[in-house]
Order: sequence, then structure tokens, then C-alpha cells
Amino acid sequence: MLPPPFDYVAPRSLDEVLDLLAEHGDEAKVLAGGQSLIPVLKLRLGEPALLVDINRLDGLGDLAEDGGQLRVGALVRHRDAERSALLHERYPTMAAAAPQVSDPLVRNLGTVCGSLAHADPAGDWGAVMLAVGAELIARSRGGSRAIAARDFFDGPFTTVLRPDELLVEARVPARPRTGGAYLKLERKVGDFATAAVAVRVTMTDGRIGDAGIGLTAVGPSNLEATEAQAVLSGAEPSNEAFREAAELAAAAASPSADTRGSAEYKRNVIRVFTERGLHQSVAMATAAGGV
Amino acid sequence: MEITVTVNGTAHRVDVEPRLLLVHLLRERLRLTGTHVGCDTTSCGVCTVLLDGVPIKSCTFLAVQADGRGVQTVEGLLEGGQPSPIQAAFKQEHGLQCGFCTPAMLLATKALLADNPDPTEEEVRWALSGNLCRCTGYVNIVRAVRAAAATMRGPEQTAEPEREEVPA
Repeated sequence: MLPPPFDYVAPRSLDEVLDLLAEHGDEAKVLAGGQSLIPVLKLRLGEPALLVDINRLDGLGDLAEDGGQLRVGALVRHRDAERSALLHERYPTMAAAAPQVSDPLVRNLGTVCGSLAHADPAGDWGAVMLAVGAELIARSRGGSRAIAARDFFDGPFTTVLRPDELLVEARVPARPRTGGAYLKLERKVGDFATAAVAVRVTMTDGRIGDAGIGLTAVGPSNLEATEAQAVLSGAEPSNEAFREAAELAAAAASPSADTRGSAEYKRNVIRVFTERGLHQSVAMATAAGGV
Repeated sequence: MEITVTVNGTAHRVDVEPRLLLVHLLRERLRLTGTHVGCDTTSCGVCTVLLDGVPIKSCTFLAVQADGRGVQTVEGLLEGGQPSPIQAAFKQEHGLQCGFCTPAMLLATKALLADNPDPTEEEVRWALSGNLCRCTGYVNIVRAVRAAAATMRGPEQTAEPEREEVPA
């Protein structure tokens, strides 16, 4: 399958990219890892007139801590996240999710930020960014703005990014005494999630300080289970608390039946994975000096 | 667009449409048909090539993106006209049946062993999890990869137990 014809540019500077996006607006698409965009072109789901390849830019590949937060640059590949010792030590939800994104070949090219900007409701990173309370940094010729992950998704394959904006970075707060998990059900390696749950728990004085729960493939976008988060905030870790949060997370899901399962089945997967993820996350946070 | 892509060590200057996929450049322009097209939807991995040593799906990568970069295909695996240790191990261990996925398996194996010269069975299966074999030949493929790894590591440097010198 050939993509439809388009013009292609591979600028060397961010300014050039932003100028092109400002000039071409909706007619231009940004090419990062291409692992969603190129299939979209081949299947003729989109026909942009111009592809702006950002792979030749310097400075967008950082995956590092800076001033109390993790910076995930626009060219950080899933592979980089999977292999990052920093994520394994300090960002457990991200570390758990990275190896579960698609398959190794896709992870070698696909990017974290590209996946967020693509906004597939079955994408993994959106749920993770909701759970860890990330901020997404959009740049345009007019400047930068920070968008909270919870404000970023606007429906299936739709974000609040403007056509002249580039998602240059995701920023994740560094939190001590934090555990995390990403539990994903898939029919085979490389398949999209039937359903998945991202969990983050940060302990304070032996109690749950705050928790983040993001859901994958059970709604029009990645969802944040806000009511489940609310009952966990300040709670004593207990089976009852986890079970209640899990029920609320399942209630927050609005799955559709498809070849991967019925709506009821997927909702139940969310409930089970949330409870399991909370157990794992609290144990991990406690082991990390949580008391 | 004029691009220069080094394939199996040879630089090729070619004029391509931006929409041309790397796999079609390789197969149709350079006549390197060892790289196969399977699903054409980023699922099966039979179009795997190495891009600067990293395995990617060449059906999901534009030829223009490869400008200035190095690509290795199965045709580049021979060493001095002879099968490489990876190819020899796939033959020896019967790591193929129909052979359709084999070029991709060989290249994914090369990338794995460059990273990890002594992978466990679990690590081999993980590394090849983006490459489908529909003959269900995974058992022999995994065996072949580990055999290749052993050959490439050379004679095992097993530590001899220390022996006490016993005076006569």
C-alpha cells in the first residue's frame, strides 16, 4: 500500500518546523516515529499535503531529570523509555508501561510524545501520563504553553493541540515514596490493549498521599478515574480501600464491545487490574521507604 | 527527492517520491528482494531491516527518512561469500520451514546478539516478539538464535575449578 502523495521536509531547526506548521496549519502533519502516522497514510485515513519530519532536529531526545521533574523530549522513543535506568528507579508507572507498548520493532521508532499527540484511545502513554499527572508542553511560533494531561485529550484521535503547535516535551513530576504499575490485557504481543490500567501511588506518613489512575481502551480517549483517585487520597492502604477504588474505576470506564471483548468483560478487567495495580504500587512505594 | 542511502555497505544515490516506502526502494529499485512484504500494516515484522544497526519495519518507514543512513538487509549478512554464524545456525537447527519470515528473523537476531551476546530463551523470545512465524517454528528459531550466540561467543570460557597443588 502506498501512501497518497505529499510533500516532505526535514528541517534542521525547531524554528523552521514551527514556521512550517504556522504556514500550513491543518494541511501539515508532524512525522516523528511514524508508527501510527505512516499506517494512517497507507490506509488513507488522512491525506496531509505536507509531512514535517522532526527526526533531524537536535535537542528533542532528552529523557532526563531537571529541576524536580522528568523531561521526555519529542524524539524519545519507546525503546529509550524501556531501557532507561532512571525510569526504573524513579518513575515506576512509566517503566512498567514502556515494554508493553506494541512490539520491539515499533518501540525502536515510535515516540512517547508522538503517541500522545496521536491520541488513540487505545494508546498506552495517555493513561500513564494521566496517572503520573504529567504536563505536556506545546510550542508554537507564539511561544510555549503547558497543558495538564487531563486537559489534553479531546476525544478519539483528537487533542487540544492547535495545528501550529508541536508537542515538544512531556514533564512528569518527580515524587519520592512512589510505586506504580501498568497492567495491560492484549490478545497477542503488539496488539492494542483490550483494556489497561495505569496506577501511581505516592505514600505520605504511611498513608496514601495521592494516587493516579489512568485507563486505556475503555472510552473515547484515555480516561482518568477521578472518583477512584479521590477515595484513595489520604486513605489507609487496605483491601477495602483498593476494592472501593477499583469499583469506581470500573464505573468510570465506558467501554464498547468489539472483537476484543464485551463491554462488561472490559469493565471487569478494569476493576481487577485497578485493584491489582494498587496492591503492587503500594507495596512498591512502601519498599521504597514509604513509611 | 534525491537521497543517498547506504545499503549493505554500498552508497546508492536515488531519486524517489517522498511517499515511497523503504521496503519498496529496497525491493523494486535496488532489486534486493530478500526483504519481504507480509501484512503491510505494521503487524508481522517480515519486512524487518536494520537501520544503523537497529531493527525496524521497512513497510512503516519512508525511503526519504533513510537519507544519509545505513541499511542492512539479509543480502548483507554473508561474510566473505559464506553464511554468517547466524545463518549457519538457522540451517543447522532447522530454524525455518517455509522461509518467508527468515530474513527478518536473521536480522532481528543480529541486532539482539550485538546487544546481548548470551541471551536466555526468555530474552530471545522477547526480542523476536515483533516477528511472526506462521509455520509455528518458534522452538527451532529460538534454538538457532542461542546456537548462533554460542558460536559467536567462541569456545566457552568456563572457569576451571581451582585445584590445590598437592605436593608429591
